Amino acid sequence: MKRIYLDHAATTPLDERVLREMKPFFSEKYGNASSLHSFGREAREAIERARETVASAINAEPEEIVFNSGGTEGDNTAVHGIAYPNRKKGRHIVTTKIEHHAVERACEFLEKDGFEVTYLEVDREGFIDLPKLEAATGKETILVSVMHANNEIGTIEPIAEIGKICREREIYFHTDAVQSVGKEKIDIKAMNIDLLSASGHKFYGPKGVGFLYVRKGTKLRPLMHGGGHEKGLRSGTENVVGIVGLAKALEIAEAEREKEAARKRKLAKGLVKQALEIENSWMNGPEIGKKRLSNNVNLGFDFVEGESMVLMLDDKGIACSTGSACSTKDLRPSHVLLAIGLKPWQAHGSLRLTMGRDTKEKDIRQVIESVNEIVGKLREISPMYKGGN
Amino acid sequence: MYSDKTMDLFRHPKNIGEIKDADAIGKVGNKICGDVMWVYLKIGKNKKGEEVIEDIKVKTFGCVAAIATSSALTEVVKGMRLSEAEKITKQNVAGYVGGLPPAKVHCSVLAVDGLRKAIKEYKKKKRK
Repeated sequence: MKRIYLDHAATTPLDERVLREMKPFFSEKYGNASSLHSFGREAREAIERARETVASAINAEPEEIVFNSGGTEGDNTAVHGIAYPNRKKGRHIVTTKIEHHAVERACEFLEKDGFEVTYLEVDREGFIDLPKLEAATGKETILVSVMHANNEIGTIEPIAEIGKICREREIYFHTDAVQSVGKEKIDIKAMNIDLLSASGHKFYGPKGVGFLYVRKGTKLRPLMHGGGHEKGLRSGTENVVGIVGLAKALEIAEAEREKEAARKRKLAKGLVKQALEIENSWMNGPEIGKKRLSNNVNLGFDFVEGESMVLMLDDKGIACSTGSACSTKDLRPSHVLLAIGLKPWQAHGSLRLTMGRDTKEKDIRQVIESVNEIVGKLREISPMYKGGN
Repeated sequence: MYSDKTMDLFRHPKNIGEIKDADAIGKVGNKICGDVMWVYLKIGKNKKGEEVIEDIKVKTFGCVAAIATSSALTEVVKGMRLSEAEKITKQNVAGYVGGLPPAKVHCSVLAVDGLRKAIKEYKKKKRK
């Protein structure tokens, strides 16, 4: 059975070109970048080249890039790392109700430690309201953390406008760009971003490696203390092979970004149009276009449950995900779907399909056919369909 | 994460649907996760004159565990004495499907609750 992978928001395969770039750094160029000898120097050179590549992709300076283990570390470093050294100025943080758990839970932790956090509401499409953001910030506010693109419904937040507001008020601005790096144009200077987190495996790089952009002069405390690597902001021997892979992957993603985005948007439009022909269905998130991640489609089907859909689709070789309560550890539906106003039973019937470079038109056709069949099957056994009895 | 038995029951659920002239329907929902289950009962009598579950059908709006447990329960209780069916526990049901992951054990409650509610409804009706 040919499998169709439509869960690229969860992770992507490693690009072959990236793998080739990484190979020498496993067992040939294995030096510790902190060593003085030639083995160390070649590792150091590779890391610094990677740093330049990453910096130029987002219009940053190389010394502003801190390599780390990925998105969760970046988010935690940004939130905790700003909060503690800046608490003399204030103890207030502004974020949203649709952040990734890495930001959300880091903020919740700070609330228990005497900080105050405002969680901004979003509208039906997942957008924050700029006047409300402005109103939420005050003299005590030390950090605003708003994700660039939402991982579930693809909403692209107005981060340039947020950056401007924060800069005017001298508040640090962090954005979780894990889903958007390599897919959306990012210019940290034009967008007035102070901190940005990203993760390699979301753009065809390896897992376990990411980076945090930290604007020069930012008062940030590290999470990891040790040998003072990465300008003291992230101690621990550098993951040379991962860093080399991440940089190559980002270079490729940037080169193919616009073409890929246009191609995926076309596929997404076709997918949504056909899916909405199924009765009692809807789309979650903004319409397909510039304000939505090009590869993200999130659908809802009344009277059926997401985990059942996902596993029936899996039987047909199709991989996707859901925001249904049944698929989570705490049995609550996705906080993002609830934040855009869905009722728990509607969140129950959500299906997220995220496309990748290999996704083809014919895959979409097959997926629609399967979704149609499975929704029908599950509705037949659902008491909610046509009122049941 | 699910056992093979659970997946098999999910793929090929038994006794799905409605009983048009059901003697009782037990409608239950799980407030935490949102699952809903309707259990239809047809009650008859055995040779000893005891009340037995002559037929049972179920409709489920829920996850793999909810569908599998409801299917497994219907198969077990078909033909069973009411007094016996009432005593079935969620542990029993989890056993029928080859065990459930810890986070999913609550799903087996729904099947048990649905059956018990239907039996209760039947008894209430009979008293009238």
